[in-house]
Amino acid sequence: MTALVLLDAEDGTIPQTARSAIAAAASLGDIDLLVTGSSGAIDAAAASAAKIPGIRRVRTASGEAFAHGLAEPLAALLVALAPDYDHILAAATAIGKSTLPRAAALLDVQLIPDVMEVKDAETFVRPIFAGNVLVTLRSSDAKKLLTIRTSSFDPVPAEGGNTPIEAVTPPDYQEKSRFLSAEHSSTERPQLESARVIVSGGRGLQSAEGFRILEPLADRLGAAIGASRVAVDSGFVPNDYQVGQTGKIVAPDLYIACGISGAIQHLAGMKDSKVIVAINKDEDAPIFQVADYGLVGDLFQIVPALTAALG
Amino acid sequence: MKILVPIKRVVDYNVKVRVRRDGGGVETAGVKMSMNPFDEIAVEEALRLREKGIATEIVVASIGVPQAADTLRTALAMGADRAILVQSEESPEPLAVAKILKILVEREKPDLVILGKQAIDDDMNATGQMLAGLLDWPQATFASRVEKTGDGLAVTREVDGGSETLSLTLPAIVTADLRLNEPRYASLPNIMKAKKKPLETIAATDLGIGLTRRLTILSMAEPPTRKAGVRLASVAELVEKLRNEAKVI
Repeated sequence: MTALVLLDAEDGTIPQTARSAIAAAASLGDIDLLVTGSSGAIDAAAASAAKIPGIRRVRTASGEAFAHGLAEPLAALLVALAPDYDHILAAATAIGKSTLPRAAALLDVQLIPDVMEVKDAETFVRPIFAGNVLVTLRSSDAKKLLTIRTSSFDPVPAEGGNTPIEAVTPPDYQEKSRFLSAEHSSTERPQLESARVIVSGGRGLQSAEGFRILEPLADRLGAAIGASRVAVDSGFVPNDYQVGQTGKIVAPDLYIACGISGAIQHLAGMKDSKVIVAINKDEDAPIFQVADYGLVGDLFQIVPALTAALG
Repeated sequence: MKILVPIKRVVDYNVKVRVRRDGGGVETAGVKMSMNPFDEIAVEEALRLREKGIATEIVVASIGVPQAADTLRTALAMGADRAILVQSEESPEPLAVAKILKILVEREKPDLVILGKQAIDDDMNATGQMLAGLLDWPQATFASRVEKTGDGLAVTREVDGGSETLSLTLPAIVTADLRLNEPRYASLPNIMKAKKKPLETIAATDLGIGLTRRLTILSMAEPPTRKAGVRLASVAELVEKLRNEAKVI
């Protein structure tokens, strides 16, 4: 058996989410990695991928079509490489979720998204109904295409390997969509998916200005900042802060929920955190039902006091 | 421009689902069903494109049990022009749904298909991308803004690090994310009017698409629930617990 893992390469580094996807392939035979990017960025990304231990080979495809992770050329590339593989995987990131279903349809395969556990080569566990039900599925397709819920797999190490790199010639691609621009939230903080600690805010923060009360606490803990859907919809913070069924799925060591009531769709994104702290003035808020430690009270007093107490 | 909006009837988002005793599915008897929330957003976006004079006709389609006609009527009451129900006893997998939609696209020849980014029952997040692949059309998933440009679309998408904007040629596939718009409610007069709008029914089995499931459900289970922890009286107590009991700071 051989598996291919499509990596998201960011500025020449391989993110933790991609290394979790590789971990999911551990029991699926030999592993090849596929790195794509513009001609200028590909060498650095391939060199990072080659350091990941336990890999058979790193395959690269470069060109303008691959500069921005567009699904159309990536799916065409996966289809071209598919005859060599029994399993094709990617992290369930924006790129993986856009690309893998498209490739699966072209291969006449029913994709298996958000895999949380690999039971054997054809049996997988995934969440449905916002994580309220776990379903074990067996695929009858000859080839399996999977996206991986990265919070369910500990990432493989970034260093220690020296894997051979081999360039592949991508199939001809007629441009259908074009990248125009990106607005990336600039932040010095760790990314939500890989943070050890997350400080998260909801409706209780009341405004964009109110939300900033979480920043000193996050700074003190070296934490990423997350948000509930209400906080994002109300414009307190940008969309990429959202934790939940349709936002990011996280499982940090410590999740501090401030002014978050705990709607099902938010819990779906964070209930696998190791330790959950809830700070909320409503003592009946559902968040307390999943929290290890709860503090009932005014977060505008508790959060600064907590920040000071950690000093 | 003609727009096709596929919609799905799902367990209402407020319902806490329960696994059936035999583990073969979830309890749906007597459970409230609604239009998938992301599909409501897709319908709303099509209506707004028509109100801007960009879209001329909006066709909604659903694949499923006869009761999915009610969901289609809801979309008609919101303002869609006509509806197609592809009737099937089981809920087909996204690949089969995409194949059925491809047939509808070839018949209806829309310039744009807008879908919800995922159904909140199976959380597959696949049908739009699969349809785009089968049609060899461009795709923009997780859309938070759709604008008509010269001869195509500019679509802003929600991605991991923020947002990005793509330019697409038409025809194209767009999948709707939460913040694309806020769907309208259907007014009573429009609900009455919707009863007279055309709704065509086709049997899925007449389309010659293999509906056999590729993924066999071996079991379903509810995940282990977290136990509620303790209420603390002070910040000092919290810091002490985090340091010495949980050892996470």
